[in-house]
Amino acid sequence: MKNSHIAIELIDVDKHFGAVHANDKVNLSVKTGTIHGIVGENGAGKSTLMSILYGFYQADSGQIKVFDQDFISTNSRQSIEAGIGMVHQHFMLVENFTVLENVILGSEGGALITESLEKARIELTRLAKEYGLEVELDVAVEELSVGMQQRVEILKGLYKGAKVLILDEPTGVLTPQESDELFRIFEALKKQGVTIILITHKLREIMSITDYVSVMRAGKMVAHRQTSETNPEELAELMIGRKVLLNIVRTEAKSGDPLLIASNLEIHNEQGIKRVSEVSFEARSGEILGIAGVTGNGQGTLLKALAGILPLSKGSIEILGETISPKKSLNPQELRNLGVAHVPEDRQRMGLISDFSASESALLGYQNDKEINQGVWLKRSLVKANCESIMEAFDVRPTNPDLKSSNFSGGNQQKLILAREFERNPQVLIIGQPTRGIDIGAIEFIRKRIIEMRDAGKAIILISVELEEIMSISDRIIVMCDGEITGTVDAANADEATLGMMMANALPSDKQITEAQL
Amino acid sequence: MTRDRRLAWINGLLLPLFNVLTAFLATAVVFLFIGVDPIKATKILIYGALGYDEGLGYTLYYATNFVFTGLAVAVAFHAGLFNIGGEGQAYVGGLGIALVALYINPALSAWILIPLAISGGLLFGALWAIIPAYLQAYRGSHIVITTIMFNFLASALMVYMLVHVLREVGQMSPESRNFPEVVWLPFVHDVFAGFGYNIAKSPLNLSILVALFFSLLVWFFLWHTRWGFAIRATGKSNDAAIYSGINPKKIIVVTMCISGALAGLVGVNELIGVQHRLFLNFNYGYGFGGIAVALMGRNHPVGILIAALLFGILYQGGAELDFELQNVSRDIVVVMQGLVILFCGGLEYLYRPLLIRFLAPIET
Amino acid sequence: MNDLLLNLILTLDASFRVCIPLIFASMAGLFAERSGVVDIGLEGKLLMSAFIAASAASVFGSPWIGLIAGMFASCVFAMIHGFASITYKGNQIVSGVAINILASGLTMILTLAWFKKGGITPTLQSDERFLSITLPGVDIIDHIPLIGVIYRELISGHNILVYLAFAIVPLVWWVVYRTRFGLRLRAVGENPKAVDTAGLSVEGLRYKALLIGGILCGIGGAYIAIAHNAQFTKEMTAGQGFIALAALIFGKWHPYKVLAACFLFGFLDALALRLQGVVLPVIGEVPVQLIEAIPYLLTVILLAGFIGKAIPPKASAQPYIKEL
Repeated sequence: MKNSHIAIELIDVDKHFGAVHANDKVNLSVKTGTIHGIVGENGAGKSTLMSILYGFYQADSGQIKVFDQDFISTNSRQSIEAGIGMVHQHFMLVENFTVLENVILGSEGGALITESLEKARIELTRLAKEYGLEVELDVAVEELSVGMQQRVEILKGLYKGAKVLILDEPTGVLTPQESDELFRIFEALKKQGVTIILITHKLREIMSITDYVSVMRAGKMVAHRQTSETNPEELAELMIGRKVLLNIVRTEAKSGDPLLIASNLEIHNEQGIKRVSEVSFEARSGEILGIAGVTGNGQGTLLKALAGILPLSKGSIEILGETISPKKSLNPQELRNLGVAHVPEDRQRMGLISDFSASESALLGYQNDKEINQGVWLKRSLVKANCESIMEAFDVRPTNPDLKSSNFSGGNQQKLILAREFERNPQVLIIGQPTRGIDIGAIEFIRKRIIEMRDAGKAIILISVELEEIMSISDRIIVMCDGEITGTVDAANADEATLGMMMANALPSDKQITEAQL
Repeated sequence: MTRDRRLAWINGLLLPLFNVLTAFLATAVVFLFIGVDPIKATKILIYGALGYDEGLGYTLYYATNFVFTGLAVAVAFHAGLFNIGGEGQAYVGGLGIALVALYINPALSAWILIPLAISGGLLFGALWAIIPAYLQAYRGSHIVITTIMFNFLASALMVYMLVHVLREVGQMSPESRNFPEVVWLPFVHDVFAGFGYNIAKSPLNLSILVALFFSLLVWFFLWHTRWGFAIRATGKSNDAAIYSGINPKKIIVVTMCISGALAGLVGVNELIGVQHRLFLNFNYGYGFGGIAVALMGRNHPVGILIAALLFGILYQGGAELDFELQNVSRDIVVVMQGLVILFCGGLEYLYRPLLIRFLAPIET
Repeated sequence: MNDLLLNLILTLDASFRVCIPLIFASMAGLFAERSGVVDIGLEGKLLMSAFIAASAASVFGSPWIGLIAGMFASCVFAMIHGFASITYKGNQIVSGVAINILASGLTMILTLAWFKKGGITPTLQSDERFLSITLPGVDIIDHIPLIGVIYRELISGHNILVYLAFAIVPLVWWVVYRTRFGLRLRAVGENPKAVDTAGLSVEGLRYKALLIGGILCGIGGAYIAIAHNAQFTKEMTAGQGFIALAALIFGKWHPYKVLAACFLFGFLDALALRLQGVVLPVIGEVPVQLIEAIPYLLTVILLAGFIGKAIPPKASAQPYIKEL
């Protein structure tokens, strides 16, 4: 009955993926009409748990009750019928369909769609108004902003009659201001009796909008709290299992000469769309320059251009004595020879080759080195020895160069990539999302190493969508939005609210100039 | 044995073995369907291929062609490309060989002419692959369709060449004149006779040494040079290749040229090894057979040598079957090829869940 | 009636007949590709269907039985392809190639085993084939200049499968763009995860698409052997399955554009046949081999993109693996 007190109840839900015990006898009770947060580190099992509820996966054992009725879901259809909707981290939208077509997919209400589309239009207009989720119905989804696409996902769930809405890391793609807007929508939904389950690893969000919070760690559900009776420190400790230093202590930067000077860069991505315009900055030796911004605002494109993967349309980059311009580009090989190292954003698709052994992955970018080639012969014994030595230097486990790259954990994969790039003693390091999806132990290790490189006089450009990461290790921060730089601050003077405004390009223009003068 | 080692055994040996056995079983079903006793057929086949000297010679002679085309397909697969154009590349490669054999001064020594002829095969085979390769790399045209088209175009071209250009005046059949003897590759039975051993006559000739040489070369190239590394990296991940300073477009073109060149060597066996003249359809079936051989041999030269031998056995055994049994023709080997490609390629992972569950289960 | 015009009309007439297998095969390919499955095996399905249709028509004495048998054979092969690519997530192109080679070999083996003649089936009698149908009113309209000729040669006088082919294209368009099935089909080719999370079966949709393709190829193959010709001969599809793929790409996976592409190929093929033996000014006699090569050459030129870029459905050729 939809009037019951407990919307969702999970009893001893258990799930294995091969050897990985993703959900270990998890118990959860979500009260109707509340906003219930589920926190945990990456890999704690939150997404898996919710996917079981949504029918995407099936639990190995355990019981689920939805509004006091026993519930078994073998596919999403049953979950949808039971009133459960889910907004995934990566949107489940058909890009070249219109918003309307995306919403009715699977709930067309008839074999011919012309009629269904008209019926849906009326219903959607009503829903959108009721919850403040206005969006243009006849536009192709690929033309909408990310925030708008998220609205479509929420509308989809509501259109199919969701009484329980699960959102998986919804704010990863939003600015702080857009996140606040989303939370206002949550309040509106809550007033109408919709139950919301929010999966996140951001403690700030939990504290600001949830009524209850449950903590997962390594597949187990370890605690339930009423949000008003807990605090971020307690939650962090529950998440990790030990006391955590939320900030890394470090010395002042001793910055020297600029090793990389970017002037008026204009860059188009692989599809030919302009993603970066009029960007200028300097990276100095002995300094970490952090580039902050919400995903998709040009940082990735900038990173690729700095690494020699994308050409410049306008502007120039002076780097270690060479100049890159639209007429003269340097490919990744040439940049490496100059002394530029690149840790890519996507470690599994670009930084490593999953099917290659660790020693072959450790060779990527350096396969033409004189030290390991004798004439035409690529000496595998030397390749292996090289891999062993860098694995030891960076504590990559297991220390087995013959093991397939995909068999290493995320943290160890990233350490291998860093080892490969750092051990060459580069002068300039370009690093993208270094700690995405990695366990805390590895995060601490990696951040320490980056700071060590800084102290050794290297110029480091760090791009991350985690504002917390940028703020904790950068010396200077620039913020990008819509392909432009919207602000520059010294890390010591940075505060999240101002940075958030810069990320949304929402600062009044005189304030922008003031910040840049710092 | 650790689980990793077990998985390596499963993936490297047991899985392909089960796949091949299934292909054989399926062929047995086909035999039954047309009213032939599969056991009897197998006996005739094995006898025909291995039971007597001449048959064995034929088996190895057929296997030589499969080594060339198998290597060709395998090299392309390592770059992530499916080269179905082996038929056409082998055919046109033969033209290159024939042109050297017919028009380069026959007064030169065999030690110069034969390598030159081999180079002609390599060059022309590569040329027939370069256009589809370029179109895939720089214009995104699907290489599978373009190479198939080029197979048909090769047919048309070669018929034209043999009917209108290379045919001797007054001769009826479309073929070239005979190659001068200096450019012939000696038959193995002749070589043995030179040492005093008498073995049965067969088309087996020294091109088998050429095949073994190129197998070794391909192995060294792919796993022990930086260019082989670049090819394999591109095949696994385009992004990682670009990141590593490799130009995937160049790799596509170069790899396909190597692949076409290898396929072009079929003529080294058929033309300067056996028939000593250029004629229609000498390449027939070897290009597609190469696909089966590469898949069965898991794109590794050692596997390819074994698979090529197996297909040589099937071809020669098939000829024996055709001879002995009334309602079976040599096309049964084509059916086998299709089944091998299906089970070793399309249904590659059919047995994997079962094998893993019984032989390398996850310890919980 | 001016000679050139008559020749043109007759060539167009021949084009209609020649492009029919292309239409059926490309529509089959359209369903497959739209659902995200690449179907290189169109050639093999056409061939197998042609053989089975010709055999059944001969043995049972009826073209309709031949047609149904051909459709069945083609569907069997389609399901093999589906099993390998959808359920077992194998390489779709490899299984397509396997189908083609299997069809090649099996047709030869079975002609020998069943009919004792390697590579051909018995010639079909008139009542075992689909014959030309004369539309009503031919005689009445005949004496109207121009229109009469067009009606008599171009519109009337085709066999029933030809009319079926032209009727099928609008039907395909309607199914793909106006029905629930079509919406889901297009979705599964672009983003199968979106379909899965909407509570629909990705595999089910893909199998259905392949099944429809099997039926269509079956009709196409039957047409070749028992309507256009009177028996099955070795390798009689001669690459039409691949040319159909080219037409599909050229037509950007849209039914009406693909139909136009098929017709273009058919027209050029028919034109080439007419030019055989004809001595053209300046060029002289065009070699037979060049004429035979034209459809393949044209396919390559088309694919080289000189006629615009073609973007396939996003999920094409990727097996659907369930993971977040």
